[in-house]
Amino acid sequence: MSLRGLPPADIFDKALGGERRALGRLITFVERDAAEAETVAELAHERAGNAHVIGITGAPGSGKSTLTGQLVKLLGEAGKRAAVLAVDPSSPLTGGAILGDRVRMEDVASPDTFIRSMATRGHQGGLSLAVPGVVRLLDATGYDPIVIETVGVGQVEVDIAGTADTTVVVATPGMGDSVQANKAGLLELADLFVVNKADRPGAKDVRRDLDLMLDLSHVSGQDQRTGMRPEIIMTTALSGEGAPEMWDAIERHRTAITANGQLEARRVNRDIDEVRNRLMADLESRVDLMLAGQSLAGVAEVLDAVAARSFSPTAAATQLAARIKDL
Amino acid sequence: MSDASTSDPQIRVVLAKLGFDGHDRGIKIVARILRDAGMEVIFLGLRQSYKNVVNAVEQEDADAVGLSMHNASHMTLAPKMVDALAEAGLEVPVIVGGIVPDEDIDPLMKTGVAAILGPGASAEEVAQTVRDAVAAVRGSSPQA
Amino acid sequence: MSDPAPDQARAAWQEAYDATKLRDVPFETMSGVPVEPLYGDGPYPGQYPYTRGLHAAGYRSRLWTMRMFAGFGTAEDTNARFKELLRAGGGGLSTAFDMPTLMGRDSDHDWALGEVGHCGVAVDTLADMEDLFADIDLSSVSTSMTINGPAAMIMAMYIAVGEKTGVERSQLAGTIQNDILKEYQAQKEYIFPPRPSMRIVTDMMKFTSTEMPKWHPISISGYHIREAGSNAAQELAFTLANGFAYVEAAVAAGLDIDDFAPRLSFFFNSHSDFFEEIGKFRAARRIWARWMKERYGAKDPRSMMMKFHTQTAGVSLTAQQAEINIGRVAIQALAGALGGTQSLHTDAYDEAMALPTEDAARIALRTQQIVAHETGVTNVVDPLGGAPFVEWMTDEMERRAEDIFAHLLDIGNDSILEGAYAGIDDGYFVGEIADAAYRFEREVNEGKRIIVGVNEFTEGDSGERNLLRIGAEVEEYQLKRLNDVKQRRDNDAVTRVLTQLKTEAADPEINLMPTMIEAVKTFATEGEIVASLEEVFGTYVEKVFL
Repeated sequence: MSLRGLPPADIFDKALGGERRALGRLITFVERDAAEAETVAELAHERAGNAHVIGITGAPGSGKSTLTGQLVKLLGEAGKRAAVLAVDPSSPLTGGAILGDRVRMEDVASPDTFIRSMATRGHQGGLSLAVPGVVRLLDATGYDPIVIETVGVGQVEVDIAGTADTTVVVATPGMGDSVQANKAGLLELADLFVVNKADRPGAKDVRRDLDLMLDLSHVSGQDQRTGMRPEIIMTTALSGEGAPEMWDAIERHRTAITANGQLEARRVNRDIDEVRNRLMADLESRVDLMLAGQSLAGVAEVLDAVAARSFSPTAAATQLAARIKDL
Repeated sequence: MSDASTSDPQIRVVLAKLGFDGHDRGIKIVARILRDAGMEVIFLGLRQSYKNVVNAVEQEDADAVGLSMHNASHMTLAPKMVDALAEAGLEVPVIVGGIVPDEDIDPLMKTGVAAILGPGASAEEVAQTVRDAVAAVRGSSPQA
Repeated sequence: MSDPAPDQARAAWQEAYDATKLRDVPFETMSGVPVEPLYGDGPYPGQYPYTRGLHAAGYRSRLWTMRMFAGFGTAEDTNARFKELLRAGGGGLSTAFDMPTLMGRDSDHDWALGEVGHCGVAVDTLADMEDLFADIDLSSVSTSMTINGPAAMIMAMYIAVGEKTGVERSQLAGTIQNDILKEYQAQKEYIFPPRPSMRIVTDMMKFTSTEMPKWHPISISGYHIREAGSNAAQELAFTLANGFAYVEAAVAAGLDIDDFAPRLSFFFNSHSDFFEEIGKFRAARRIWARWMKERYGAKDPRSMMMKFHTQTAGVSLTAQQAEINIGRVAIQALAGALGGTQSLHTDAYDEAMALPTEDAARIALRTQQIVAHETGVTNVVDPLGGAPFVEWMTDEMERRAEDIFAHLLDIGNDSILEGAYAGIDDGYFVGEIADAAYRFEREVNEGKRIIVGVNEFTEGDSGERNLLRIGAEVEEYQLKRLNDVKQRRDNDAVTRVLTQLKTEAADPEINLMPTMIEAVKTFATEGEIVASLEEVFGTYVEKVFL
């Protein structure tokens, strides 16, 4: 029976009933910010709020997909219904993407696990809007925990990992100055560090470097945002060693932030951020329309003056800003 | 919220090789071709089961399935894939690429395969074949 | 020990040449002009670093072996083909296996449907191996087996057949491909992860070292790497690097380098860029000799002498106007001969679409016979040696290969073996190969690189093909055979020996071959043995790097 033409509420019901194809379709609506997206968002919002959201990020080659796979395997064995959102970069030139994380996890995932691959581009308003919407959907349809796996190279990807309840940063030995080379901000976001490929030479050095860095930030008062010192777990993702310890550490973190109220605070921040991001995206597209001369009169003249150098960009912006209320 | 982009919704394609066949040079090239054509490729690669492909199509809400076949098993494996997708209620075209002898083309199409791409197909042909196959299923009204 | 003075070297070459028994043919051109065996100077053929060849007299003493692959259908079918070949005067049997067998699965596996007996012979148990070599005296033939992941099981079966027919394992001559590293890089017929697979390979090397002196335990292959899309320098470098990796592994396992290195052999591709290929072959010999001597301390010259088999490039064959592939193969065969290969397989012109028909296989053999007997290139050893372009190309191939070795040593902490593991783990090899393949594809697509019949000169495709089809009877027969064997064997014995195998697998100090041989003798199936080992070693799943 085809889903085509079915009202979104009906598809939502099917998803609630466990039909994964329906959930897949709903996620597409949200990703593409299609006409149905608002309905879906409301339906999801009513039921969401339970799932533990885990962000896993690291440099390419750190083994984080393998690690996520091992985690998902554990979760399946523990009877949990987990979901994974695997985010991979799109080509900046063509907008296309090759999404290869899924297959890494498929073999070890239980039949109940839901895996969705997402590219970084092609989302109206950007990734930072698509991800929360999808997470909410997964949450609403009963998946818990939800793992967001991103490559920590772009600021957006880093930020997204940081929106999770528990953010795991994966480092590996032999990647040169991997700890320092990681995106600034990534290290501060970490609730938990995992040193993967712990069987390789240099793993202990990475651990030591992290310890040192954490000590320094404690001394300087620039603690992790939570004030809790992140644990460092050693893993060998290929064999699964260390995965149970990683899960235990994640659980410990969850317990701690639930108890001290931080979990709630983070979720509130996340939601407010989402409102802000949506407003900004909306604003941005209105500004684009304005500058393309498609919404307000007189804009083209201002821009022509800038082009003729008779009007400075600063002055032009000041003048146009005054008209934002008309947008 | 402002409307989604005016161009066709981005096409998502699952690429897989069924059975034991280990020749993945072609499927990797096709993956790049489709990416360069702006599509999202869910790359499953080698040694996939029908179940894996069905799961991927469901969860990824894929628009098409591309199978790469190089060792004479297209007449057994491809139709089974078509059936498995139909059984799961998924309306996605199956496109077969690789080595298909001329005399097998008609019989294979009759089993429900949407299109067949031979070894000499250019990048443009590959991308257009996928677009056409997806459009044919989507019909004239855009999906989502 | 410094190199001998040039005249000494020349004299040494002359001495070796004079002591060699030559073929009884006139070494003259077609017009009757006598030619010298060698032109130009050192390094001399038969002398370190063997750039110009392994033997002083080259093809004047012995032509390359004309080895044609066989194997399809049931073991009985292939046995019949073997006997024909032996009757026709061949002494070498070359066995291809079907896909399920190559992947370590039985004919009743879910995915075996449609594949049983297709690209080679189906072997599930020792019973099939016995059928395969029925009435063949294993002490009088040399058998080559092209199989990798389950190589240990197949070799164990061959040994068991020997035992049952009264042939001591020390009498068994042949080679088994068993080059697992290239599976992760190119052919993808792996089963277990790299390190446990390497343990099995070193067990086999140790075992053959003491028990099977006539057996070549690895055929280090670049053919598949090239077919997967690499360029010539990558084929050269990755292959040699894999060779060095096996050397390091064997030495680490306690073997003396000169005990096993002489029995290593190689397998290269011969592609269409004529001079690039010749440069590649010559560079290969030179690099191997130098590394074995200078880096790994080999003393026996035979450890430094790289022997290789060549196959013309399957990937260059076009389905369009397939007959013109005969021309391609001829040129590629010529390059192999001018590169000094020890044995050669020429592809059939219709192989782009399916397994070759008998006619096409015959034409392929005739093609290399033309090169050997009509062109005169075999009258002179390394006839292109000294030509400025050829020497430059040889140097250039070596330079590019050295760059790749440097990278592997870098990521491997100064060990090629560790570099190989690291390169497999981080996708270096598959990435390089995929990039090269894509680059080539784009060049063809954009018309920058012309492939006759594909993007230029396309008129003339008749579209008619006579293709070889394998019937369904093979599958039916094999399933029945498998079932019979399972019914009649002692299942308790099977369970016991597999449990033993698992215990031993968990201990890296134990050589698995003896118990492997016991296991196949109980008629445990290949799939059962593989599955048992997978419980201990795990199953390899490739990471996607694109």
